[in-house]
Amino acid sequence: MAAFLLRRLGLMILTLWILSLIVFFAGQIVPGDPGRATLGQFAAPSAVQALDHQLGVDRPLLTRYLSWIGGVLHGNLGTSYAYRSAVEPFIRAALINSIKLALLAFVIVVPLGIIGGVIAALYTGRGVDRVISVTGLSLASLPEYVTGIVVIVVFGVTLKWLPVTASAGQGAGVLSQFQHLILPAIPLVFILFGYISRMARAGTIEALNSDYTRTAVLKGLPQTTVIRRHVLRNSLLPTITVIATQTGYLIGGLVVVETLFNYQGLGNLIYKAAVAKDFAMLEAGVLIIGVVYVLATLAADLLLTALNPRLRTGGPA
Amino acid sequence: MSDTGGPPSPSADPLGALGTQTVAIAVEAPTQRVAPAAWRLLLRRPTFLVGAGILLFWIVCAIFGRSFAPYDPLAQQLLASNQASSAAHWFGTDPLGRDVLSRVIVGARTILIITPLATILGTILGTALGLAMGYLGGWFDTVASRIVEAILALPFVIIAFLFAVAVGPSVPAITVIIGLVFTPLIARTVRAAVLAERSLDYVPAARLLGERPARVMFGEILPNVMPAILVEFTVRLAYAVFGVATLSFLGFGIQPPTPDWGADVAANYTGLLAGYWWQTLFPALAIASLVVAITLITDSIEQVLAS
Repeated sequence: MAAFLLRRLGLMILTLWILSLIVFFAGQIVPGDPGRATLGQFAAPSAVQALDHQLGVDRPLLTRYLSWIGGVLHGNLGTSYAYRSAVEPFIRAALINSIKLALLAFVIVVPLGIIGGVIAALYTGRGVDRVISVTGLSLASLPEYVTGIVVIVVFGVTLKWLPVTASAGQGAGVLSQFQHLILPAIPLVFILFGYISRMARAGTIEALNSDYTRTAVLKGLPQTTVIRRHVLRNSLLPTITVIATQTGYLIGGLVVVETLFNYQGLGNLIYKAAVAKDFAMLEAGVLIIGVVYVLATLAADLLLTALNPRLRTGGPA
Repeated sequence: MSDTGGPPSPSADPLGALGTQTVAIAVEAPTQRVAPAAWRLLLRRPTFLVGAGILLFWIVCAIFGRSFAPYDPLAQQLLASNQASSAAHWFGTDPLGRDVLSRVIVGARTILIITPLATILGTILGTALGLAMGYLGGWFDTVASRIVEAILALPFVIIAFLFAVAVGPSVPAITVIIGLVFTPLIARTVRAAVLAERSLDYVPAARLLGERPARVMFGEILPNVMPAILVEFTVRLAYAVFGVATLSFLGFGIQPPTPDWGADVAANYTGLLAGYWWQTLFPALAIASLVVAITLITDSIEQVLAS
């Protein structure tokens, strides 16, 4: 178990290191310099040079990477070009907002996805299954703003049930915040429903076809008991991994939803940083998303290993 | 994904899970060529016919749209701005008085050009990489797997977006970016399919006959993993629509005034608060119908390959 853990941690660090390289160098192939982008077209060349020097972007690439990654390792995520202050408070506030939205989406979608997948599996190949599968697959590949606009038009504009902006404003109560987050959460729920129900369906079908399920049926257990005690316990294992790894998507793929609903989350922060060519902010934000994904995957692996002892000692999985 | 042990972990890309899932089904199917019989099976499926019908409609719009659209999609009539749907303008008009129906019809063109090209590019590169990773193995596979893993740690949209910011918006740029972002995803699926094939007798047999690695990979293994690649291709196609439409919405795709569904939604969604819902709802529904059409086709192909 210790060796397994160490190996997972080693792989995780390797992945994060490669990720930091990709993020950093993607930010460097951009035409134009940050000083010019910040100060605008009409700034004096000397002022642009001074700002570039102050930001450190006139140094060689390798020096910049080393000082950036060194700073990140010490908890210093860099200095925003646009705001001329540390990016860390911005990232922290945005991350908390994004987590609120993501959490609400998860709370809605996990039970729905599992129920949908299990129902589809119980009626494999029949109408109900095809409808759930095709709907899930379609919803999963619809851009968030498409479903977002449909729910805004229906619930916000026509029925006027819910507010169409995500932020409840300063000092709003928990209930009001929650109310504002329902509409933005729906597109995320749609996207995730496809994956979770698909995994739950596949896991359930596998469990239904297994010998232990046949034994349970043959020894005369009622169908609901068979499903609850024998099928579900086994079928939900792979679903846990999917749910955990979708956190990475959720925290990052929020770009569109947060932009559409004008919500100050991590996705919106990255989008604005990209438009303003604020690469310090962009790099830090993208790196945080990668870290969240890698940590979530690790957590899923550990949880899965804890729940399924066969994975600990078996050969390559 | 990793060949170095540990439980399998699905990707950050939401469709990754679906992709591998479909491959599992496709690989189980006997690996014959997709014969006319398969075509006949496909044509008997109502879901396939509906999907193909919608897709065909948009292809006709993309090619001939300009000639049958009721108005010039770029013509502004500032006196007729923000009009709700009427007999003259079925889908209403946008803030510049342009006809929304005409823009939806002509807007099919850009997305229908970029989507297949990007998916084909990604499939070719991903297949080559996946074949090499699965067949050669060793250090090449280990290094490539690590890099693929790192790229997949970021949501697809974020990477595409990062590179779109870097190289600037243009049609060729988006096509290449989406193709490149798909490469590791497709490579992973192909690699898994190749690993399953590699242990079958015909591969060592070909090697013993003295065939070079490239010949074994492309001549022997490739035809046998084709069904898996075909399913992966159609799944990715739907996801390419997602990618192109999302980049357009974020302003890194087609630039105005060229009619484009994603860009039109982005330009007009603030009008929702004023009640001008038709300016965004119709382009959004157009994207939705295209995605659903491709999904129906994908699902039918999968069903036929599995039967």
